[in-house]
Amino acid sequence: MADPMKIRAAMSGDKVEVKVLMSHEMETGQRKDSKGAAIPAHFIQSVTATHNGKVVLSAEWGPAVSKNPFLSFKFAGGKPGDKVSITWTDNKGDKRTDEATVS
Amino acid sequence: MNNDRRKVLKGTGGMAVMGLAVSAGLFKPGSAWAQNWNKAAFETKNTADTVKAMGGSAAAESKDIVITSPDIAENGAVVPFTISSRLPRTESIALLVEKNPNVLAASFNIPAGTEAGVTTRVKMGQTSNVTALVKADGKFYYTTKEVKVTMGGCGG
Repeated sequence: MADPMKIRAAMSGDKVEVKVLMSHEMETGQRKDSKGAAIPAHFIQSVTATHNGKVVLSAEWGPAVSKNPFLSFKFAGGKPGDKVSITWTDNKGDKRTDEATVS
Repeated sequence: MNNDRRKVLKGTGGMAVMGLAVSAGLFKPGSAWAQNWNKAAFETKNTADTVKAMGGSAAAESKDIVITSPDIAENGAVVPFTISSRLPRTESIALLVEKNPNVLAASFNIPAGTEAGVTTRVKMGQTSNVTALVKADGKFYYTTKEVKVTMGGCGG
């Protein structure tokens, strides 16, 4: 299981600004190890952010997203105390969901 | 680890070889959990093909899309980008790096109520034009910016 995400959700004016730092190798599949064998690709393919059960952002990623991906966005309709939940799924089927409270 | 990375870049003689490795099937199909992942779009090699793979026919240039990024990125492994769109009814935002082995780096779906702007960090193998592709009201729009990379990040 991958390490937890760091999620910060805070009011920014009338919107909620969400910042997420995920912990993931984001291996491209194009590097080779010291013996010259290709290192298999291992990267986050999809990310979904929900607020009170409603999707506020979804993303599809390729291996070009940097290691330990960072993501930031804003959505309307949130208030302090609400929960924001982020889920990612990688190309090997690993999944991780973490939650943060809007401050 | 960093040393290895440099060797890889030199040893394979550049992106062309790496690109081949990808098309040779490193992205194995049959990932049931990733059914929503637009595999075709992530395998495209140029912007026009990406638009098609995402269900559009052509994209028009637009000044209402703004790419915020460094003009010169010292470390291609981590290049920060913010893309925002002022186009009404923006549905999705995608980030394309023209000279990467596969151009499409990331694609974001923007539901109503979410601001049409995202920030993320991507890898760039070399100096390249970067295109932000926005789907708004069913049509595709784009804007392009060149980002110079002093140290490639294609090895991750």
